[in-house]
Amino acid sequence: MKSDDVVVCDPRPLTLTQRFYLVEVVKGLAVTLRHFLGNLFARKYTVTVEWPEVKREYSERLRGRHILLAKPDGSPRCVACYMCEEACPAQCIHIEAEDDPTSPSIEYEKRPKVFTIDLLRCVYCGFCVDACPKEAIVMSRTHEMAFGAREEAIVGLDELMQKGPYEQLDLGYRPYFGAPRSKIELPIPVKAR
Amino acid sequence: MGDRDERMAAIRKAFPAGSVDEVPGGDMPTLRVDRRVLPELARLLKTDPALDCKLLLDVCGADYPGRAERFEVVYHLASLQHPFRLRLKVPVPEADPVVPSVFGVWKAADWFEREAFDMFGIRFEGHPNLKRILCHRAFQGHALRKDYDAGQRWLLREAEQELPSWATERVEDGDHFETQVLNLGPSHPATHGTLRTVVRLDGELITKAEVEIGYLHRCFEKMAESHTWNQVIPYTDRLNYCSAMMNGVGYALAVEKMLGVEAPPRAQTIRLILSELSRIMDHIVDIGANLNDLGAMTPFLYMYEAREEIYSLLEACCGSRLTMSYVRIGGLSHDVPHDFADSVRYLLRRIPKLIGDMETLITNNRIFRDRTEGVGKLSAEEAVDWGWTGPCLRSTGVAYDVRKAYPYLGYETYDFKVPVSHGGDTYARYLVRVEEMKQSLALVEQALARLEAGPVILDNHNVALPPKAEVYTEMESLIWHFKLIMEGMKVPAGDGYGFTEAANGELGYYIVSDGGGKPYRIKVRPPCFAIFQAYPHMIEDHMVADAVAILGSLNVIAGELDR
Repeated sequence: MKSDDVVVCDPRPLTLTQRFYLVEVVKGLAVTLRHFLGNLFARKYTVTVEWPEVKREYSERLRGRHILLAKPDGSPRCVACYMCEEACPAQCIHIEAEDDPTSPSIEYEKRPKVFTIDLLRCVYCGFCVDACPKEAIVMSRTHEMAFGAREEAIVGLDELMQKGPYEQLDLGYRPYFGAPRSKIELPIPVKAR
Repeated sequence: MGDRDERMAAIRKAFPAGSVDEVPGGDMPTLRVDRRVLPELARLLKTDPALDCKLLLDVCGADYPGRAERFEVVYHLASLQHPFRLRLKVPVPEADPVVPSVFGVWKAADWFEREAFDMFGIRFEGHPNLKRILCHRAFQGHALRKDYDAGQRWLLREAEQELPSWATERVEDGDHFETQVLNLGPSHPATHGTLRTVVRLDGELITKAEVEIGYLHRCFEKMAESHTWNQVIPYTDRLNYCSAMMNGVGYALAVEKMLGVEAPPRAQTIRLILSELSRIMDHIVDIGANLNDLGAMTPFLYMYEAREEIYSLLEACCGSRLTMSYVRIGGLSHDVPHDFADSVRYLLRRIPKLIGDMETLITNNRIFRDRTEGVGKLSAEEAVDWGWTGPCLRSTGVAYDVRKAYPYLGYETYDFKVPVSHGGDTYARYLVRVEEMKQSLALVEQALARLEAGPVILDNHNVALPPKAEVYTEMESLIWHFKLIMEGMKVPAGDGYGFTEAANGELGYYIVSDGGGKPYRIKVRPPCFAIFQAYPHMIEDHMVADAVAILGSLNVIAGELDR
């Protein structure tokens, strides 16, 4: 159904000065000169960065390369429940489970024997993070990845496991508790800090 | 409702029972139509002033192997005078899969019927150019049939490439000079996506043109059938990648309508804010690319500053700049960051200045106006006939906007206007888009003032994942979580058509559910599919350079066009 609440924006006939070019050219030059000088001296609104010397700071939610978190004793938190494999729309996660003989309690009775992610198949949607019931898989802010061959992109437990305290990891997308911790900086900073 | 009953009674009176029957229930009036009376019914629907179904939005097929009449062709119609929408279902037996074409009634049926032929093998009798559209010539079988093995691969050799029959003829022009056939695209900086246009040139003048699409076809609809309802969301991001948020919102709203749930108010407001910012982004890309093709690089770069900063905001909300996957059925994946409102306010201050700069440089620039006024002109009747929606339709003077006509996300409570222009040419499309960006900014400002604290996803464990804190500690939540991930949510059996106003027009999702955890059939109605089918007819009698200008102004996004 058509709407009545409209604003008509039909073209207006050109005025004499607009048809005469010259005044309009000066007006246009004023705009471009303003931008030019602004970029030359202030760089306040420049959005391009001098990559790779300068890298943009992304938010704490950036969905980058995955991390498998570890328990305090260094073994993976993952209990091989297959939830992430099931939730993955790109079907890039492959898990094989085994019994964990060292498990101190019933809480972690399985562990992953094989856990691979095909980083070239992955669409970085973060559904595996949402699906994980143990906060074992999270995402980092590493997004610049290059591989020499397709096989190198299939990473296993060794490459994915990250040990050490949470604060030292470059964590990206992960389950949140309480207030979100990411920060948006606008205009986008262009200088390295 | 009274109007609806009257209209349905009028249709029933004109046709004997058995040939046109009303299907009870459903989200819109639905008729089951015998294919023999379809052309007659189509003409009645279009010409009867009380029905006035001038806009054919979608034609799609569906496959039900269990039924006696295996296939079904589904038509979605809308009236521009009345708040009336209609769905026609035409059953087709497998032994004789033929349906009369409605191309003679609505030109919009052109490519949609070709797609249904390509995907299901349903032949449309009387269609002037019935051949494959999304799959290539060497493709065997029909991909969306339920018994098609999706693992098969078909190789297209160079010699088998599609070439229109007229392209091989030798034609001389009036002065006995040979005319030549040229490919514009598929890989060309001015096509903005992989689109191939074969044109016959008489000097610089295009005398005949045909478009080949499908280079970016990745069978989104087939993929959706093997994923759970939520898993489809990352795929929707890749439809119109210039405004990924709106595809997800449209999809979530369509599924929520079928589930009978509604996202919490905060989620709806955030969806609206980010959708409108995405609309601005989409228009920036379109105007910028169009100007770039015409030789005006400066405004393109100025406007991209706004786009970059909107992307930063989106990334801070959901973790990805382009492929957002922010929407979930029932709400959003996370709440927005704590400084969201400040950032949006910054954008609200900054974007108008950039639009102002662009307008100073372009709007009354004589070179630009000489180049675009009268180029690619289409009348309102033709635009409606071709199934156009969105800014391209509004530039011909038809004030149809889904946000006003069928409000969702609470659009009816906001104060905004629908920009229209009457030129119908490339310049009018530019003017409408610029005004629409300003209206979107006004919408964002109002929505930001209403943003209240609250949950961003439903507290309904049949639909949305329970909060993580509960999953880690409570058995019951863990079970819900497990069931949702492993089986997916259960959408009640039936079909529905959810439609929203995306950046380029009406984005529709026709969804069929069999009650299981995965969609039975999803048909996307991409706005630029309908718009682009008019393109070969629009560029005839134009220069090659004008064809580039027209293409840019139509905002054709290959990801959405080819799916």
